[in-house]
Amino acid sequence: MSDYPLSVSHVIDPSTSTSERSTLLEKLHGWVVTVDHKRLGILYILYSTFFLLVAGAEALAMRIQLAYPHAHVLSAQVYNRFFTMHGTTMVFLVGMPFLFGFANYIVPLQIGARDMAFPRLNAFSFWMTAFGGLLLYYSFLGGAGLYGVGNAPDVGWFAYAPLTARSFSPGHATDYWALALIVSGFGTLGTAINIVATVISMRCKGMTLMRMPLFTWLLLVVSMLTLVTITPLTAAQFMLLIDRYLGGHFFDTQAGGSSLIWIHFFWIFGHPEVYVLVLPAFAIANDIIPVFCRKAIFGYPAMVAASVAIMFVSLSVWAHHMFTVGMTSVSNAFFTLSTMLVGVPTGIKIFNWIATLWGGRIRFTTPMLFCIGFLFQFLIAGLTGIMLSVSPWDWQLHNSYFVIAHFHYVLVGAIVFCIFAGIYYWYPKATGRLLNETLGKWHFWLFIIGFHITFDTMHFLGLLGMPRSIYTYQPDRGWNFLNLLVSIGGMIQGIAVLIFAYNFIVSYWRGEVAGDDPWDAWTLEWATSSPPPVYNFEEEPDVHSRRPLWDLKHPDDPDWEYES
Amino acid sequence: MQTRRALRLIRRSSAAACLLLASSMLIAQGTTPSTLAPASTPAHQIFDLSIFVVAITGGIFVVVGGLLAIALYRFRAQKTDPAGEPAQIYGSTQIELAWTVIPILIVVVLFLTTARIIFAIQDAPKPKAALDVTVIGHQFWWEFRYPKYGVITANELHIPVSSDSVPEATFLKLTSADVNHSFWIPQLAGKTDLIANHVNTMWMDPRTPGLYLGQCAQFCGSQHAMMLLRVYVDTPEQFDAWIKSQAQPTQQNPAVEAGRKVFERQACMNCHTVSGTAATGRFGPDLTHVMSRTTLASGAMDNTPANLRQWIKSPDTFKRGALMPAMQLNDEQLDQVTAYLETLK
Repeated sequence: MSDYPLSVSHVIDPSTSTSERSTLLEKLHGWVVTVDHKRLGILYILYSTFFLLVAGAEALAMRIQLAYPHAHVLSAQVYNRFFTMHGTTMVFLVGMPFLFGFANYIVPLQIGARDMAFPRLNAFSFWMTAFGGLLLYYSFLGGAGLYGVGNAPDVGWFAYAPLTARSFSPGHATDYWALALIVSGFGTLGTAINIVATVISMRCKGMTLMRMPLFTWLLLVVSMLTLVTITPLTAAQFMLLIDRYLGGHFFDTQAGGSSLIWIHFFWIFGHPEVYVLVLPAFAIANDIIPVFCRKAIFGYPAMVAASVAIMFVSLSVWAHHMFTVGMTSVSNAFFTLSTMLVGVPTGIKIFNWIATLWGGRIRFTTPMLFCIGFLFQFLIAGLTGIMLSVSPWDWQLHNSYFVIAHFHYVLVGAIVFCIFAGIYYWYPKATGRLLNETLGKWHFWLFIIGFHITFDTMHFLGLLGMPRSIYTYQPDRGWNFLNLLVSIGGMIQGIAVLIFAYNFIVSYWRGEVAGDDPWDAWTLEWATSSPPPVYNFEEEPDVHSRRPLWDLKHPDDPDWEYES
Repeated sequence: MQTRRALRLIRRSSAAACLLLASSMLIAQGTTPSTLAPASTPAHQIFDLSIFVVAITGGIFVVVGGLLAIALYRFRAQKTDPAGEPAQIYGSTQIELAWTVIPILIVVVLFLTTARIIFAIQDAPKPKAALDVTVIGHQFWWEFRYPKYGVITANELHIPVSSDSVPEATFLKLTSADVNHSFWIPQLAGKTDLIANHVNTMWMDPRTPGLYLGQCAQFCGSQHAMMLLRVYVDTPEQFDAWIKSQAQPTQQNPAVEAGRKVFERQACMNCHTVSGTAATGRFGPDLTHVMSRTTLASGAMDNTPANLRQWIKSPDTFKRGALMPAMQLNDEQLDQVTAYLETLK
């Protein structure tokens, strides 16, 4: 272990030596030029929290438009821009930056390292991602200006060719979309490489692979998967730009190109992407659930194996997004089977979490509540996923509100719930202060109630034949009441998120002082001060088991006596 | 005691789920394009399969969700807990093996059942007497061609009803003139995409005459939401009469000669066909029998003279983003061309 990252942090980060006397400008400058993994982690999280609010506001605007039939709150074009931006933002500017924020902050601490393997690459990656997001949102201003809500992309976040061809999407909206994803994609690849390198080469003494906390293990798996999945997306975006400006014909059906090529490329990225987003959610739950039920995780090797299995199986299921494009019956059967098989490792995880709870002493703190919400919702999302894998039924459900409900169960019910859990759990480590528990519980209960009103109802809208991506609907379809209910649930979630935002800001100054280890936890990040010093640990930790702090707290009954 | 309470909770929650399902069926009206009210063999087979899948997944939900609820209730931290930490359990190979093998068995059962239905629907042999219809998706309307009868129509598909004595299957060939679309009538069959350069097929054999609603299910541009779809399932007599009248060319009516001239001189004919006249355009819907349709602009509004006139005057009123341009006709021309179109029965 070299102390190279340590010296870099000292030289470049001016706030460490002059934090008492620095002006606001110097402080800001310190944040901009920082290569400290903790500061970059915080930047990632602030960045994605901001876009969470933006994309949430877009969703609420859409729900007002859909609250009753033939509404004129948003025009067709603005609605189409909003759902495109909502989806793109939530996946690329909220989901992935959140997980990389957590990874940046937590992984080096958990493995007893002083920084990421490549601190400068880390800063570069963050700023690429950040500028990618700004480029995407600049489209609201850059095209025709804000009137009529600019010239933002309106082709759906999946952007099926040939709708993205210049003949169907004139102007530069689609170019903003493609370029923004290329730019932020490079940032994503940089961070993924960095996490893999960090976990492989920066672990402290005694931290073997099979002693790593599951959070770090899963982030390693996710980062490897990211390397494989972002690449085809970036390639497809280049192909799209070549089509649009250099006379290519990859997707030009008039010239013998194929729409299906885009669809394949997109979902070869798009389905593993779901696991890129959901595995970090599992990672967060893996760390939080044991701490708040006071038991070691049940079946650690099985959890690692299941995660790696999910990574591999997830690469073979993409065409379950394509059951309606006219594949052969054999292909449909194959992708039905491969998709159902994902259920096996996922099931193992759920069973292991329940077994972890079994016999524990569960403390219902806010982070734990969000994890429990996650467990229930992820169970349901998994089961509706089985339903969608049944390809004949998918011919009915595909592109209906049932699918919208299913993937929001995963993206909100599982991932956003775990992100909130993670924020409540690690906020005291990053700021030295706890988030307010009362506000946290308000946030949890309002959010989960709103969530179920919205997304449970959407399943039924899908069964009643309502397709996605429509800016309005006919009053005679029997969808009116359910749509109103969905919109009301959305508003309740909006209120809950505002409470969270208030708590997040105010607790920074007024929160209860946390101390080093407020949750009585077991992983290494709780061994250092809150917030940790730039160098993380004064001495390199020496680890003998999966729960180094358990060994310290229970010298008479250490974990390493039981682990092989 | 605790188990019994948990069981009651499970029973209550599954009852609530059934209630929710039942209420959504109640909310559904006669015109709801519900997947829960199948009216054709493929839709029926899918519905039956879905009931089987719901039974299995529902069972899993009750067992796993129940265990989770029991764990949360039984093992909540209490004041009476002894000091110190609970017993640490690191895993159990037998238990973990069991909950790996059981899901694999469930997957095998689900997969085999599903595969049977995939092949039954997708590879169903086409009867010799089946009706062929070609469906072509356009931004934002549907073109239907009956090659055997030389009939071309738009947005409202007519097909014959099927019965045990006279089985009548309709086989659709689907493709697109521009971007991707998807043909979806939930009560008759699952959806199939319309993709340029790529011909797909699907079939249905509706058992009850009547009107079935649906709409485009693949985002296709600004007016995707107004790319509505109506399928009329006719009795054999109705269908024969309909196809016969659709195959007739237009009857020239001297009373609306002025309107026809407007139609043919103001570029309307560049995009629309009226068979038997000089108008042979292909970009827009065939208008030879436009008055036989109940809606205009792919279901965006009812087919009334006032709506038709307003649609010609300014398509944006009903469907902003539709590709039909406003031709800047004056009031007289509008009246004339509307009167002409009104004769295309």
